[in-house]
Amino acid sequence: MSGDEEPSPLDPRDEIVGHLPAMRAFALSLTRNGSAADDLVQDTIVKAWKNIDKFAAGTNMRAWLFTILRNTFYSDRRKSKREVADVDGKMAATLSQKPDHDGRMAMADFEVAFAELTSEQREALMLVGAMGFSYEEAAETCAVAIGTIKSRVNRGRLRLVELLELDEEDELELTDKSTMAVLNSTLSSKRHMA
Amino acid sequence: MAREIPKSGLERQIEENLRKVYQKTVEEDVPDRFAELLKQLKEQDDSK
Repeated sequence: MSGDEEPSPLDPRDEIVGHLPAMRAFALSLTRNGSAADDLVQDTIVKAWKNIDKFAAGTNMRAWLFTILRNTFYSDRRKSKREVADVDGKMAATLSQKPDHDGRMAMADFEVAFAELTSEQREALMLVGAMGFSYEEAAETCAVAIGTIKSRVNRGRLRLVELLELDEEDELELTDKSTMAVLNSTLSSKRHMA
Repeated sequence: MAREIPKSGLERQIEENLRKVYQKTVEEDVPDRFAELLKQLKEQDDSK
């Protein structure tokens, strides 16, 4: 890694503010609730501030902040399991629409379907699919193996396809035999294992 | 382990939507509470 030899003249804590928009987006993908997301970001900022000596200068600060953020999320969630289950039920109830006639995904439907995924799939898709993290960076951020991230991304995609009923004729690539095999194994396995 | 799936039309649509979901929040103004929080944290440190 480069950057070890050149200490930044800036206090790394001054960089936190620049990562806030991305932190809010990542937090929202985990909490699926705007005010919970901002509370999560707030807790993350306080923890990052107090632990800034543990941040290695020259490394990826966004990934470091995301690690704190997701650890906080999962730790909070363990403390309030019942609440999360209620939210899931509400989300499922609002998913009703089929894709538009042309097979394109409507944004609102996509968001509802995305909220249906497991939090592990949501974070993997958000990091890799939306923010352009490499599988390696995403794996490091989530403290899992690269293969695990790849698997979560693939399962998350397949679940989205299933939820959005995207099996139009012009999209045969995803409905071939091997893909269906993966999809079926996804459906029959426990939702939380990925 | 799940197989790698080649980039298909569907996959591109999914990524496009993921980016839109992300972009929507990123483009929002960051609430003032965060600037205030950072200011408070800084003041706490300065007063030590």
